Amino acid sequence: MGFQEDHVITSTTLCAHCGDPLNGPGIIHDGKAFCCNGCRVVYEILGSTGSCPAPVVQPVGGNRFAYLDEPSVVERLREFSDGHVSAVSFLIPQMYCSSCVWVLEHLYRMDSGILLSRVEFLKKNIAIRYNEEKTSLRKVVELLTTLGYEPRITLESVDRSAPPPPERSLYYRIGIAGFCFGNIMILSFPEYLSGGTVDAQLRHVFAYLNLILSLPVVFYCSTGYFQSAAGGLSKSLFTIDVPIAIGIAIIFLRSVADIVTGAGPGFLDSLSGLVFFLLLGRLFQNKTYDSLHFERSYTSYFPLAVTTRRQGRERTAPVSDLRPGDRIMIRNNEIVPADAVLIGGDAAIDYSFVTGESRTVQKIPGDLIHAGGRQVGGAIELDVVTEVSQGYLTRLWNETSFAGTPRRGLATLANTVSKYFSAGVLVVAACTAVYWLPRDPAMAFDAVTAVLIVACPCALALATPFAFGTALRVFGRNKFYVKNTGVVETLAGISTIILDKTGTLTRSSTSAVRFVGTPLTDNQKSMVASLVRNSHHPLSRTLYESLMPLPLCAVRQYHEFPNAGIEGEIEGLAVRAGSRAFAGARPNGDQAGDPEADATEARVHVRFGPEPLGYFALAGIYRDGIESLVTRLRAEHEVILLSGDTDWERPQLERRFGTRLPLYFEQAPADKKAFVAARQQGGATTMMVGDGLNDAGALQQADVGIAVTENIAAFSPACDAILEGSHLTRMDTFIALARTTKRVVLWSFAISVLYNAVGLSFAVRGALSPVVAAILMPLSSVTIVALSTLAVHIIARRRELLS
Amino acid sequence: MSVIVVLLGFSMLLAAGFLVAFLWAVRSGQYKDKHTPSLRILFDSKRRDSHDSSPPTS
Repeated sequence: MGFQEDHVITSTTLCAHCGDPLNGPGIIHDGKAFCCNGCRVVYEILGSTGSCPAPVVQPVGGNRFAYLDEPSVVERLREFSDGHVSAVSFLIPQMYCSSCVWVLEHLYRMDSGILLSRVEFLKKNIAIRYNEEKTSLRKVVELLTTLGYEPRITLESVDRSAPPPPERSLYYRIGIAGFCFGNIMILSFPEYLSGGTVDAQLRHVFAYLNLILSLPVVFYCSTGYFQSAAGGLSKSLFTIDVPIAIGIAIIFLRSVADIVTGAGPGFLDSLSGLVFFLLLGRLFQNKTYDSLHFERSYTSYFPLAVTTRRQGRERTAPVSDLRPGDRIMIRNNEIVPADAVLIGGDAAIDYSFVTGESRTVQKIPGDLIHAGGRQVGGAIELDVVTEVSQGYLTRLWNETSFAGTPRRGLATLANTVSKYFSAGVLVVAACTAVYWLPRDPAMAFDAVTAVLIVACPCALALATPFAFGTALRVFGRNKFYVKNTGVVETLAGISTIILDKTGTLTRSSTSAVRFVGTPLTDNQKSMVASLVRNSHHPLSRTLYESLMPLPLCAVRQYHEFPNAGIEGEIEGLAVRAGSRAFAGARPNGDQAGDPEADATEARVHVRFGPEPLGYFALAGIYRDGIESLVTRLRAEHEVILLSGDTDWERPQLERRFGTRLPLYFEQAPADKKAFVAARQQGGATTMMVGDGLNDAGALQQADVGIAVTENIAAFSPACDAILEGSHLTRMDTFIALARTTKRVVLWSFAISVLYNAVGLSFAVRGALSPVVAAILMPLSSVTIVALSTLAVHIIARRRELLS
Repeated sequence: MSVIVVLLGFSMLLAAGFLVAFLWAVRSGQYKDKHTPSLRILFDSKRRDSHDSSPPTS
């Protein structure tokens, strides 16, 4: 229910072409709203008569893509070339619906040099083959850009070394295991159902056929379990794969012995069923979000090439070749790739990627500009101080990503429980041996192997992937994208929640702003914009963004008054913006009850000279419902707020969240990381919720790092989970679901132990026949899978995470 | 009895045929992208260079 409601609220407009709800503001063209450029282009094509016209596009200005003519750049970008035909592939985040696929797969109509373009929609990836004699890489990219699909070409696209996912081999394994399982079962039926009337010769044929069919199951399909068990033991780690590998080995050996000696048909159907179910569990667990990347490094944000200037001549150079002392030019909307000193030009740097807040910071020549900032305005010249990989922020990132603590994933529930479980099974096996050996040595072998076979922790191993895998899918439906099932499990045990303020509790996008009072002239608006431009206060930034674009005026004698407002002299007039007491109407006695405290909106009063004109009302700087979320979270967890800002906002935060919420201000990126580490030292399991690169260190340090983003397709730092901002207020429900899921897993463990008790009661008596094993083992697997999946579904529905 | 063995051989052969078909499907990348083909089927273009292919109208 809640999910659908949100959907209705966030998207009231539908695309004029495809009818899908708009993703954000959409594209307004010709008075109609479109969800994406593809729909707009297709709509135009359909609207025009018959033949395919050149779509109305904005031409690419200037030399933005000039670096793509550089042979060294082309060489690194393309994946293949035979001298005539080249192949490249790009990430295109703007892909949204089937129209996009249509436009992107019909590029050959717009440029005859393009031979083929194929889209992988979920990965938002396009593979293009083009004829080098007829077109060039630059032209291809420019065409894509003019169509509204600017590819994301970053350092990462050339430094890619990501191995292909191991999914294909998993499919092979499942296919083969399923094939063998099915056939072995069919071949075992006569034995089970006939009651011993099957012809002895035929029984032999069936048994040996089974043996042949089980070979690929043991020696191909289950190799992963043997490897992982051996790998774990060599590091003296006892994972759940150890008893599984031992179980598989023992079932196989016992079956071989039974078949060769003619003692019985063996347990090969149980064996292949076990492996098949385990592999299915692995596939279920491997849910991935193709278009999301949890392992991003700074390279996915930094540009590929930059304009350098040497002896007055400009040329394009790959960013990786930058050395300290190089002079670089950064134009409007380009990113500063390395820490550099400003030499000339009007620098207004937007650090939204770094800090998560969209503000621009003015710099004067001589100032150091950290890598990652985006220049807004005219071109600037800079002298590089450090190499790209050695920048202040990139270093922070590299440090944490390599020194990442691998403590997660080892102490998982299944591993811990399997340790005790295996110990218990060994005790039972030893007792069985002690009992039978003096009485009947042959029976001792049968009974002990039967104990080990029936106690294979298959159900134990299946409960975790299916329960947590279901929770992971439920989260995905609610725009909370979790990296893997291990994260869900850690989420259940969170004790400390650390929140970043800016961009997490506050909204980073512009909110609705209206003016109350005497209407302002355009000139007055310009003056307000010029004044607030100087301040870093979030209200100022929001106000500034809402007023732009406007011509700016010079501000003199600028002063900030903490907790009050700002003042500056513009065109000879003292202009003030700030609180009611500071810039609003003259004191008239009603000041005691501060009306701003109760209002859901924030107000910025403005005064020109002696004349108060009214106030700007800014709705929702803080996310809706954030106060109640914090209250709910505090009921069960320790909640801490970290902020990179100075503590001028303390009174307002205390008013909002109460005085007992621990607040820490002026936290640099490294401080945040150290803060998380200190809490972990104190034994806390921490969750960090943040955005932007300044939180990257803390996100990686924390046991669970959640990146909050307004737009899933946009960049987010390396983390364990990505959460769409509008769903942040459901955080407590997510944690609650993770906790209940963990409880479901524990219940499944209990049930699997029950099954094992039944099986063991047969086994210790030496009475475990293949048919009992063949019924009991798949039955326990299926029960566990069905139970854990269903239970999590029901709980999610009750918590209104599923409709 | 021998007829069962013969039948067994045929049934195995048939099953193996399906297994090979499955492995081929995985190998040729049909499980790599499970979404885009479902969109592509909506475009009624006949050949790569035909001019009467029309964009999707939904």
